[in-house]
Amino acid sequence: MPLSRRRFLIASGVTGAGALAAGAGVLSWDALHGAAADRPLAAGTGVLVVVTLYGGNDGLNTVIPFQDPAYRQARGDLAPAEPDVHPLADGLALAPALPGLAGLWKEGRLAVVRGVGYPEPDHSHFRSMAIWQTASPRTASTSGWIGRWLDALAAKDGATGGPAGGSTAGPTGGSAGGQAGGADPLRALAIGPTLPPLLVGDHTVGSAVPTGGFAAPSGRLGADLHALYRPDPADSPLAARAAASGADLFTVAGALAPVLADAPERDAGTQGQLDGGDPGAGGGDGGELGAQLDMVARAITAGVPTRVYSVSLGGFDTHAAEDGTHTRLLGQLDAALTRFHRSMAATPRGSAVTTMVYSEFGRRVAANASGGTDHGTAGPVLLLGRPVRGGFFGDQPPLTDLDDGDLRVTTDFRSVYATLLERVLGTEAGTVLGSDESFPRLAFL
Amino acid sequence: MVVMAAAVTTDSPTGVRAELALLYRRAGFGARPDELDAAERAGYEAAARGLLDAHDRPDPGAVPPPDLDAEADRRPPPASDRTARAAYARGLRERTEALIGWWLGRMVSTADPVTEKLTLFWHGHFATSIQKVRSPALMLAQNEIFRRSGRGPFDALTLAVARDPAMLIWLDAGRNVREHPNENFARELMELFTLGIGNYEERDVRETARAFTGWRAGRTGRFTVAAAQHDSGTKTILGHTGDLGGEDVVSLLAHDPASPRWVCSRLWSRYAAPVAPADQALTPLLTAYGPGLDTSAALRAMLLAPGFQATAGRLVAPPIDYVVGVLRALRITVPAPGAGGAAAPARLATVLRGLGQVPFAPPSVGGWPAGGAWLTTAASLVRTRFAAAVVDAADISAVADVPAAERVDAVARLLSVPAWSARTRSALSAAAADPPRLVTLALLAPEYLVT
Repeated sequence: MPLSRRRFLIASGVTGAGALAAGAGVLSWDALHGAAADRPLAAGTGVLVVVTLYGGNDGLNTVIPFQDPAYRQARGDLAPAEPDVHPLADGLALAPALPGLAGLWKEGRLAVVRGVGYPEPDHSHFRSMAIWQTASPRTASTSGWIGRWLDALAAKDGATGGPAGGSTAGPTGGSAGGQAGGADPLRALAIGPTLPPLLVGDHTVGSAVPTGGFAAPSGRLGADLHALYRPDPADSPLAARAAASGADLFTVAGALAPVLADAPERDAGTQGQLDGGDPGAGGGDGGELGAQLDMVARAITAGVPTRVYSVSLGGFDTHAAEDGTHTRLLGQLDAALTRFHRSMAATPRGSAVTTMVYSEFGRRVAANASGGTDHGTAGPVLLLGRPVRGGFFGDQPPLTDLDDGDLRVTTDFRSVYATLLERVLGTEAGTVLGSDESFPRLAFL
Repeated sequence: MVVMAAAVTTDSPTGVRAELALLYRRAGFGARPDELDAAERAGYEAAARGLLDAHDRPDPGAVPPPDLDAEADRRPPPASDRTARAAYARGLRERTEALIGWWLGRMVSTADPVTEKLTLFWHGHFATSIQKVRSPALMLAQNEIFRRSGRGPFDALTLAVARDPAMLIWLDAGRNVREHPNENFARELMELFTLGIGNYEERDVRETARAFTGWRAGRTGRFTVAAAQHDSGTKTILGHTGDLGGEDVVSLLAHDPASPRWVCSRLWSRYAAPVAPADQALTPLLTAYGPGLDTSAALRAMLLAPGFQATAGRLVAPPIDYVVGVLRALRITVPAPGAGGAAAPARLATVLRGLGQVPFAPPSVGGWPAGGAWLTTAASLVRTRFAAAVVDAADISAVADVPAAERVDAVARLLSVPAWSARTRSALSAAAADPPRLVTLALLAPEYLVT
């Protein structure tokens, strides 16, 4: 059943009833719940959902130049049969496994930015993913681009004495949690056990929450942990962060537990991991990505004051026997995104939600002899959602003018980020991306 | 030697006990109070040598590996036979759980924790996942390589790994054929295993892939070279030209001037503190590693290096270290698969999944993250549940049997935590009347999570 804002508030009240006596300097559970319930995200505030495809998604077999003879020649058996693809325009088509996205294209709610990458492409998964997540191709930055956005907002909080950036200010003022400067741990959420570098700033970090329902420890253990995770000036930086992550649990669970009260607790486990390798299995409901996006949909619908959500799907490193694996993964992606878009269409808050889908690189144009493809360079970035203006942006890299077997980058990924920072997150792009270079904004928003 | 940072406490620990506590946590999985007492009597250097030399003594805690039906791994029934397919998946799951439970159990009970910790280090370095290999028996065989060869010369270890069937499957080496080289293994061999990024060119990767063409895991799960698929032409790799084969390339890479720095910086990063390869701290390790590529000597030099103790507080205990350390401290052993209890293999696997680090299933060939990445809200919830559950199952008489006023110090001693902060001491004191509650909180304290 769809979760209403009203039900979210009621649920909050129920959970908050076990109020805790908290020590000085620590907000009580009531206040923490209040922070989530009293300062729901103001309607119309932009929300960004970042979908990371780990492993290097084969962009040429996602947005396919199906009428280009050079494509069929390079890809051979990996090229899908022409009647199976979903034609878009300009001789490009979506892969057979993406019927839902093809529907969004027809509605004008899917934008495809073509040939996206960065200067001097790197074929290492780790370096390339680090570049995408830090938005810093030339230096080994340790902060993520959303992390630096969090830093910027935390600095603004510090100046104004309360959370900035779209939340309606609630009576609790600066939210709880042990983050530097009392930054709001709810502002950016990753779904999963570990925090992607994307959400790690120089001073502020996002939070990671598990898929499925969860609740912070309550009763005496909860009170004990509040005391244990108070900031202490003697803490080393890591000990301070350990304390903060413990304290943030209460804020995050306080906001999300009621939202997820009836969500099934998931444990994909070795079972899911091993069975998931079965081509064709587990894609119908969007799999693990579907579960992650379901959580995001519930949180958005209930007005949780989160501006950025990070979800992910792995397994795109298709060096061998790509066909079955890639089809299965795209099928999951399609099912998960389509269902998420439908949820967003059904809630007023969905009108301000933009989803970005990217991977660390595309794949080599020519297939290898293992029925797979090796690491490549440029790939498409997909943007979808009600605010999105559908269509193509950026130029399709030609297959006849390759850079040592790889596609040439036509669009710098920071153009996509700059556009999202300004038009979804309302932050001047230079604050996050630096002002040394300028990146043309794209018209997908 | 070095004063512990952030030690705000009423009973300042002796410097050497704090240093020994760090040594035992970093080199192994922590120390029990009696171990630390003995180490204190022996002195730091003798204690470090004693830890490293445990390898040469009989190990009553070396649990033998489970008998995994390797044949069963190799017989996936066709997808059309749903019943057989389900039975196959169930068997695979059970054998995987047995494998995970065995290794965790061995880490918990071993008298040679340095070797198990180093085995875990190499598993993260040559990270291979059962998700793709889909054979517990092959993952076990790889694990035994790390245990057997992980203390020896790096070139021999790397060659053993390059020929390891689990690795061959993991990085598609078996698909690497003369007409169409597959670069997956070649790239990771250079980038992650031997050199580090920036120490080779793209063309070196492509040439290296040629050198390994034909290497594969045969149908029986053994290493074999398909001669017809091997490219025996001339290759040029890092300036060396010739009919280079895989063995030549491993030797060439391991002896390249960039490799010792890379290997030693990986060691330092995981055992001491995050480090840049140019860091001065590496000098003693590099000297010890030497032309013999002696990993044991580098490890020993690291633990005795002047800068090692200065890294206190710079690492977060990774989930496997944390879970194993807790079980060792509380003297809880891991039961056989299928058994119940807080330390049952299936329970531990679920806990580690929630914390983000399942043995035999690293997220990618880059291994697991380190440092603050483990400190998430999601992990704190899982850790809290785990701590409460194991304390319920543990003998905590070392804490319960002393007067309440002494219990906060007793639990510090039990966990080898050199000192509690004022905040933690205050939170623990409030729970001192209730020993299980006190020990649970101590297991969750920032001073225990960070080493």
